[in-house]
Formats: sequence, C-alpha cells, structure tokens
Amino acid sequence: MIAAELEHETDFGGWRRLARGLLAEAIAPDAVDWKIQGAPSDLLSAATFQPSAAKPASPMRVSKRFIDLARRTICHTDPQRFARLYHILFRLQARTLHIDQVTDDDIRWLMSCDKAVRRDIHKTHAFVRFRETGTDPDGRETFAAWFEPTHRTLELSAPFFQRRFPNMDWIIVTPDRTACWDGRSLRFSEGGQRSDVPPDDAVEDQWRTYFRSIFNPARLKISAMTSEMPRKYWKNLPEADLIPELIATAPTRARSMQAQPLLAPNPLATHLDRQRAAQAAPAPTLETFAGIRSAISACQRCPLCKDASQSVSGEGPEDARLMIVGEQPGDQEDIAGRPLMGPAGQLLDTMLAEAGLDRSAAYVTNAVKHFKFTPRGKRRMHQRPNAGEIDTCRWWLDLERQQVQPDLIIALGASAARGVLGHSVRISDVRGKIQPVPGGASLLVTVHPAYLLRLPDADRALTERQHFAQDLRMARSFLDGAVKGTNCREGNGAAKVT
Amino acid sequence: MARRTLIQKLEILADAAKYDASCASSGSRKRNSVGTNGIGSTEGMGICHSYAPDGRCISLLKILLTNFCIFDCRYCINRSSSNVQRERFSVEEVVKLTLDFYKRNYIEGLFLSSGIIRSPNYTMEQLLEVARSLREDHGFRGYIHLKTIAEADPELIRLAGKHADRLSVNVELPSEQGLTHYAPEKSGQTIRKAMADIRYEIDNVKDAKASRILKRAKPPAFAPGGQSTQMIVGADASSDADILNSSARLYAGYGLKRVYYSAYSPVPDASADLPPIRPPLIREHRLYQADWMFRFYGFTTAEITSVADNGMLDLDVDPKLSWALRNRGLFPMDINRASYKELLRIPGLGPTSAKRIVAARRHTRLTLDDLGRIVRSLKTVRPFITASGWSPGKLTDTADLKQRFLPAPKQLDLFT
Repeated sequence: MIAAELEHETDFGGWRRLARGLLAEAIAPDAVDWKIQGAPSDLLSAATFQPSAAKPASPMRVSKRFIDLARRTICHTDPQRFARLYHILFRLQARTLHIDQVTDDDIRWLMSCDKAVRRDIHKTHAFVRFRETGTDPDGRETFAAWFEPTHRTLELSAPFFQRRFPNMDWIIVTPDRTACWDGRSLRFSEGGQRSDVPPDDAVEDQWRTYFRSIFNPARLKISAMTSEMPRKYWKNLPEADLIPELIATAPTRARSMQAQPLLAPNPLATHLDRQRAAQAAPAPTLETFAGIRSAISACQRCPLCKDASQSVSGEGPEDARLMIVGEQPGDQEDIAGRPLMGPAGQLLDTMLAEAGLDRSAAYVTNAVKHFKFTPRGKRRMHQRPNAGEIDTCRWWLDLERQQVQPDLIIALGASAARGVLGHSVRISDVRGKIQPVPGGASLLVTVHPAYLLRLPDADRALTERQHFAQDLRMARSFLDGAVKGTNCREGNGAAKVT
Repeated sequence: MARRTLIQKLEILADAAKYDASCASSGSRKRNSVGTNGIGSTEGMGICHSYAPDGRCISLLKILLTNFCIFDCRYCINRSSSNVQRERFSVEEVVKLTLDFYKRNYIEGLFLSSGIIRSPNYTMEQLLEVARSLREDHGFRGYIHLKTIAEADPELIRLAGKHADRLSVNVELPSEQGLTHYAPEKSGQTIRKAMADIRYEIDNVKDAKASRILKRAKPPAFAPGGQSTQMIVGADASSDADILNSSARLYAGYGLKRVYYSAYSPVPDASADLPPIRPPLIREHRLYQADWMFRFYGFTTAEITSVADNGMLDLDVDPKLSWALRNRGLFPMDINRASYKELLRIPGLGPTSAKRIVAARRHTRLTLDDLGRIVRSLKTVRPFITASGWSPGKLTDTADLKQRFLPAPKQLDLFT
C-alpha cells in the first residue's frame, strides 16, 4: 500500500499532482490509500507517495470534461471520492472506460456527485441571505451571511457573489470555510458558526411581508415547493418560518374568497365608464386620407384581423401618379406596419430603381390589408388570401384609389389584379398590356416579386426577372408619355406635376 | 386616509401582483459589476431565491407600482369596479426596495407592473422611470422585467427595451370574444401590435449584430431576455386547443420566449360574471406539458390537439403519453436505432435522457437494465420500446394500457 496525502478536504491541485505521479508509475488504484494530511490513517506503515520530479515518458492526456467533473467532485462529501476519481482516471487511461458510458457504475457515480455539487452551488447562490452589519471606514456597506451547504462548495460558489456584489464588503460563514470579500481580494479561511453573523436585519420584515403577500392561498402545491427548496435549507431562510402557518390557513382563506358575497361595484368604475363614453372618439370620416387610414387600422370586416398584428395601409404621396398594389402584408410587413418592405419589397425597390421609377413617388399598398398565415414552429407561413377576402378588402383599395387618383396602377400578382378589377384574371392573359380600368386610371398586371424569389431554377429566375423588368420599363414609358389626369378622369383635368 | 407604511404598501401591491405567473430571470445578456461602481449580475441561468407554498418560485421582486386602474377587466383583482384597498408606490420607494432586497440576495431583480392610472402613456412613463433610475442612478445590473402597457406609445416601448431585460404584454384571454366580454377596454389587436413593436426592435438589434464590421462592437441591447406573455386558463370558454393554437401563433409571430398559462384563481371581491372557482391546476399543468412538447420535443400543435377530445387535453395522463397511446402503430421503437428526434417521441424520455441514450449506445447495445440507469423510471417507457433482450410483445397493444398509467383511485373530497 502507498499513502497519497492531500493537504485538505478540497485539495484538487494536490489530487491532480499525485494522480499524475501515480499514473506515471502505473500504480493500481487499489494499491493507493488516499488521506488528508494529519488525519489518522489505518495503514500506519504505508509509505507516503512522492511523485517523481522527472517528466513521464509519454505525456498523459485526459479530456477537459473529466478535469471539470473531478474539480467539482472533489468538493463532494463522499469520503471515497479521491480513490474513486483515481480509479476512474486509471480506467480512462487504460481505455477500458469512456466518459460517455453513462451505464457504467463509475460514470454514474461521477455524474451523480457532479450533479449534487452543482446543485449545491446553485442553492448557495439562491439561499444565502445577507444581513447588513454597517459601513466600513471607506463608506462601503458591509454584509454577513451564515450558510450551511451540503457539500464543501463554498470556494466554488463564492466567486459568484464577488461578481455580483463587488462594491459591498461581505463575508459568508459556513461550518467548514469562510469566504471574505473586501473589494480587493476574495479570501478563504477556517469555518465559523452561526453566532458570527448578526441575528437580524431591518429589511427582513419587508422581505417576510413580501413572501406572505406573494403567496396565493388558492393554489397550494407544497411538494412543488419542497422539491426545489428542501426543508434542510429552511433554518437559514428568514422567510421559511412563515411557511407552516401559510399552509395551515390557506384552505380557509381560499374558501372565504369563494364564499365572499358579491359587493356593489366600486363607484369609481361607473364614473370612469361615463368619462370614457364622453371621450369616445367619433367614427373616422372616409373623406380624408387620415380618416381612411384610421378606419383601416380598426378594420374587422373579415376574420383575418383576429390573428394579424395590425392592418397595413398604403403609403406614399396622396397625389402619386403611380400606384403599386401588392398582395397582402407578409411577416415583416405585419411587424413593421409598412407595405412591401420585406425581401420581396426590397427586390421591388431595386428593380423599380433600375427601371427609372422612384418608389418614394409612388403610392404602395396591398389588395388585402391584414397578414394571412399559418404558424409553423418559429415562423409564420404566408397563405394566399382567398377571393372572398380580397373582395371584402376591395372596399379599402377603392377608397385609396379614389383619394390618390393615380394615372397608372401596377398590380403585382393575381390577388392584386383581382383587388383592382373585382374579378380574377390569368396573369399570362393580361400581362404586357396597359388597359384602362373602371374608376379611372390604367392598369398593368405583372407578377409579384415574391414569385421571382421563389423560383428555384436560376435560368428561369433570370428570364422571369427580365420579363418583370420589361413590365416596369413599360410602366415608366407610359408615365412619361401620359400627363396626369388625362386618363378617363372627369372634372379633375388640370395636370398635377409630380 | 392615513398614510400607510412601506410594509403596508408592500402587502397590498405584492398581493395585487401575484396573479402574474411569470418569474423567469434567465436568458438575458451575461453581465456583472466587476470594475464598475454598480451592483448586480445576470449570468444566463436564472436563480429562484425562494419558493412559496403555492409551488411558484420567487426570483424577482414582483410588485405593482400602483393597483389603481382605470380599466375594468373582469378577471383582474385590480379592475376599477373592485373594492380592494388601493395604494401606490413612489418611484424612489420601488428603487430602494429593489436594491435593499437585492443586496441581501433575496432576489434576482425586479418585475414591475402597474394598474393603469391617468393614461397608458403616463403609467408607462412611471414604469420607465423606475427602470431608468435603477440602471442609470444606481448602476443596477440585475434583471428587470417590465410589463408593457399595450396601449402606450411605441416610442415608450422602445425606451423600455433599453433598460429592461424582458418585456411582456399579456394576452390574458386567448380569444377576441373573451377579451371583448371580459376586458372591454382591451383589444387583441392592440396587444399583438405591442408585441410586434417589441419584435421589430429585437429584430433590429439582431440585424445590427449580424451586420457589424467590428466583431467586438456591440449594438445597444434591446430587451436581451426577449418577450413573454400570459394567458388565463379557465376564465372564459376557450378550449385547450384554442389556447394552444393561440400560443403557436404567438410563438411564430413574435419570437416569444415563453407563454405562461395561469389557472384562473379566485380573487377577493370577484366580479359577478366570473364567480370564484377552484383554480384548474391540472389543466394548467397539462398545457405547460403540451407547450413543452411543442417547443422542445418537435411536436406540432396539430399533433398535440389531435388527441384532445372536444379540444380538451386528457387530464389523467400527460399529453405525450396520450399521443403515444393513440399512435401505437409507431411503437415500439428500438432505442438502439431510433434517431434523437424519434427518441423524444417515446413517453418517459426527455431531451436529457435522449441525449444520454445517443451517447451511451456508441459504446454498447443498450439493454432494458442499461436504460433503467439512464431514466428515472422504466414504467412509462417499457411498453413503447424494444431494447437488447427486451420486447414489449403484446403489451404495446393491450386495450387497458392506459389504465396502467392512471393514479390509484382517490375518494372525492366532500367539501369542494
């Protein structure tokens, strides 16, 4: 037998050094007796192991994951931890074990120790309760806490408090160790006792009041509480002694709420109701642009308003010569509240510019004002509006057309064409022709830019893009040729210059 | 009215806040106070500093700035027609309370909400002032969750996201009819618009982050902990399917971190058209399980609701088991061959055990014994899998398989 001597209970550095030396000499795990310096050993005669200073012939490698696990497991209270860790290390080196072999008893032990230690650290972060002890000469507030961790984890848990409270002085006293932060360094020393920490703090009453008030007596779920806040922690939690009484009185409190007779409503409510009625906004007028916009934003003419974020009205100059009608807002338009600004809108912008058309001079809107979609995981998939929805929403498009009185309308896609015309057309039948439409203006029907983005075949996409560009150029030359107001419009003959 | 002490105010305004289920303090940007003259940290994982006997964790100081409210939402304890005691904190009081609690390690931060006083904008400005003061006057780096007043100006929402880790707008009721009936001053579209405004700002930051040239340059954060919402379960007539479909749309539309389901609970001085009931806690639990299936187990809402008779999830067994019992044709699955995604569909296996199975079977063919060392209990898993040396035989298809999972019959309580 060889004795491997560690300096203290959580001496990970020592364990690592010794384990390396033992492995270099290929000493089997069951030939090593691990002990703490000064602790009585049952093997009095065993020689104390001294790792040789010489470098081992072949470098030893073990995964960082094992090192992390071992560092935490050393803090566990299992008295066999040093030996067992060396045993696992020995097996890992001999390649008779892999760290992922979760069905192996050694790995299971390692994982359960690690879990227990991590939980203990987490619970320390959660359940340490500081009490104020005054201010130090530099004016820094000083705090102290008494805590009893399950394992020897204070050195692993204390740095958290240093990062969180660097500008207060604090000590955390546990039975084994004491951590002390003075604004410069975090120091550890011998453990202490409960009486090292003041018995109360003025703020504790506020905290206890909060704890009592935030509890809902109508939904008692004691096991949900104790599984996360086991009773062993209660003795150091200032709020915990309220728990038995809260549990005992909960059923009565819940029943008394249920049995409470109905009271007359607070007169305040009636007063507020009257006030609101007096202030109710008048129905928006449909004579002005602002009126139409606000009416659109309140639209409930079809069920699409139930799921969309907002209605998206058109935007652009009220006297634009060109009106561009898309299908409906997409995901991004629905979020931003602006028409044609997602990927398809950006493509449209580029191509309009290439054709010499200025989007900011055009009135851009959609045939349908609300986004229609089905959710799929983290995305909303666009759904084509049906004829009924387009026809319902035509009411708004017509109002917008009346206000803008454009010379030319470009309808992007079949839905937009239906929105303008009131009946379905096949794009291939009407494409490439500019035709007057009822209600003034001429209409050019082309594809929706989203269609160009969807084409998987690169050659096809290029041809379609050129075709689309050609349509836009046609719109441009139409607008260059025509003078505002010459198009089947009565009474408004004077040319507006845009 | 005599002026109440801080403790009395706290009693009223914490009581008024307890019906909001959210308490998360996780998922924000990592930061601490080292090298600053401030206080506080958020390190990714949230911490629950205490638990109340209702099983809910206490992570944040959850209070209302005031419980005066001009709205009359029937399900709410603070509605204008209620006769509860009314109180109001000053901005300084909330700031001091938060810091005092934080320094003693009682909390991770503040969850501040409010009844609506004067106007939505005024109220939102008050909430903002608390957050601003904590961040700017006191260098507070703990967690701040601000309840967003949906009716407030979008510009105020933008400012809120500058200071808050998380923003939330409560949907409260899953259907528009429910809202019209029980919360006449609210509208679903206003709520969704507010969520859209928040997503818009969050997306902007994401875009800015993705397109920066200097990788070390961080764009200013906007609500790095994302947004969440809450739905009340059992107040209106919505079915579980309605609720889950509504959640699916919200998750897809606004990138929500969480939808909280809160069983409608009796409140003091309840409204006449919403009599106090026993909170449907099991239903709430099943909805959370379904929500998890949707977010972490790869199930679609349609799959989950396909086993909900009349739109209601089975209260006796969890929704994943319920789904498996109705789709036994897919089982048993071989745990030595099934993909990770398939493993997640087996009742009794979660992401952790599925990952362990995938790792462990690289080294050995797993037996039922091996599996017993990986999962907590084999009872649920056994009928749905084959393993080395184990086949469930006829067990998978026995008619009374569901009965095996039911809890022992219990005598009914005479007094409920």
